[in-house]
Amino acid sequence: MTTTASAIEARGLVRRFGDKEAVAGIDITVASGEIFGFLGPNGAGKSTTVRMLTTLLSPSDGTASVAGFNIDTEADDVRLRIGVALQDAALDPKQTGRELLDMQGRLYGLPKDVRLRRVDELLQLVNIGGSIDDRIATYSGGMKRRLDLAAALVHQPEVLFLDEPTTGLDPTSRAAVWEEVRYLNEQLGITIFLTTQYLEEADELADRVGIIARGKIVAEGTPDELKRSIGADVIIAKVGSGDGSRAAQVLAALSDLDSVEVSGDQLVIATAHGASAISPVAVTLANNSIKVSELTLRTPTLDDVFLHTTGSRMDANEEEAVTA
Amino acid sequence: MNTRTDRITPRHAGFWSDLTSVALRALRLASRDLEAIIPGMAVPLFFLIVNIGSLQSFVEGNLPPGFDFKGFQLPVSVIFAVTGISRAGSLVVDVQDGYFDRLLLTPVSRTTLLIGLMIADLAVVIVMTIPVLILGFIIGVGFETGILGMLVFILIGAAWGIAFTGFPYAIALRTGNPTAVNNAFLLFFPFAFLTTAYVPKDQLTGWLSVAANFNPTTYLLEGMRTLILQGWDSTAILQAFLSSGIVAMVSFTLAFTALRGRVRRK
Repeated sequence: MTTTASAIEARGLVRRFGDKEAVAGIDITVASGEIFGFLGPNGAGKSTTVRMLTTLLSPSDGTASVAGFNIDTEADDVRLRIGVALQDAALDPKQTGRELLDMQGRLYGLPKDVRLRRVDELLQLVNIGGSIDDRIATYSGGMKRRLDLAAALVHQPEVLFLDEPTTGLDPTSRAAVWEEVRYLNEQLGITIFLTTQYLEEADELADRVGIIARGKIVAEGTPDELKRSIGADVIIAKVGSGDGSRAAQVLAALSDLDSVEVSGDQLVIATAHGASAISPVAVTLANNSIKVSELTLRTPTLDDVFLHTTGSRMDANEEEAVTA
Repeated sequence: MNTRTDRITPRHAGFWSDLTSVALRALRLASRDLEAIIPGMAVPLFFLIVNIGSLQSFVEGNLPPGFDFKGFQLPVSVIFAVTGISRAGSLVVDVQDGYFDRLLLTPVSRTTLLIGLMIADLAVVIVMTIPVLILGFIIGVGFETGILGMLVFILIGAAWGIAFTGFPYAIALRTGNPTAVNNAFLLFFPFAFLTTAYVPKDQLTGWLSVAANFNPTTYLLEGMRTLILQGWDSTAILQAFLSSGIVAMVSFTLAFTALRGRVRRK
């Protein structure tokens, strides 16, 4: 495996489609051996970024290198060193799973004995038993996603791009993919660039997270750093419809609070001392006749970070729709 | 469930290996796509029987004695059998399903993505000529040039079939639209009917005679008919291959230009 200080390095990466700027000048540095979580809602620019870094799209502006090779001028060298599982499983329904994996191995110049061995090894990941010799058209959605991931791994890439790899998977399959991602990273040293719209996934897997919104990276760091950046604790207060802005105004007078964000009928209050701040918050809201139906104290999540940096939450409905 | 293994080193497989991989896959899929191939076999058989049944007496009655309309018609049916046979439809499906992108993510030689399909097409068009030839033998058609002539006859037909595949591939790669690909066969109509499909060249008159002179199918059919009806005529055979070559130059230029556009990372 080539050792490079940065497995992925992008500077001022831009992609325009006509007048629309899907990716608006992003800088990314992913160290070798790292799992980098690229988090953002649908349409934020995650997939476009992946398509540029994996050589499917040319950047409109800016530069990037993957595994030490320029994505624009050394695209073929990049392709040899990356594995990619795109958002929609890219499979050929008329081939069997085994034929598809073997074909992948052939295209990466693997000798027959290595291909046979790799297919057997990957069968454990694919976990579709005897169906590996059935046509892919007969597979369930989850099986297709797992086979797609296996296809990305046939040649043991140095850098693995996983574009929303668990979207549409059942919890068991999702856990299996997570375990495999950890194994690939920890045991084989594969750098992983993982796009996801699942906060839990980024939190669970990523060494560092970049949050993208409207084509720009709005926050970057380890999950803990990002969460700490908005305070040690978060108080969530569910208030009456239309009371959010007024509640935020009255709470602004409290000295112990770092920030107060309004998201729908919720107040997200960041503070360094949640236990001591929750009581004044409740009293202040009550004194101003603002009805509170729920009051919760918890540690911050990446969703809170997203809200803090973008002013809105990642669209929960969108996530649910994709999961279903 | 882990993928434990010794480290392996991926490398460029090379042009010929890529070509083999793409062609073998295309052949495998063609064998699983018989519903698309069988009608293509039935239509030329049908035309051979119907054309002979309906036109043999009329044409032979208006020409000098000894004219063999069955032998005259066999090349027409073969050309109908091999024209438009391609994996362009499945290429569109690959584009739509994202599998084409998966191939582009590998270091595969881009040109093999098209040439590999054409090699598979070559095998399929040769297979397509066999039922027509068998029917021809059954109804009494023989080759003046013997078995070797029959092989050259098959080669001429195959060369034409491959030359024509460039058009559906160009449409597939340019549009990614399966309906447009299916309609590519319409391009064959001027080739098929503005020529000597039903009567010899010296029987054509007026504008049709002029059109036939400029139609490569005319020379293709003449070369093939020579092998059946007359014997070895190197000029006619050369012209048959040359006419396919000219069509190939046009259609392949279109197809490879479309491929370049499709793989360009625009």
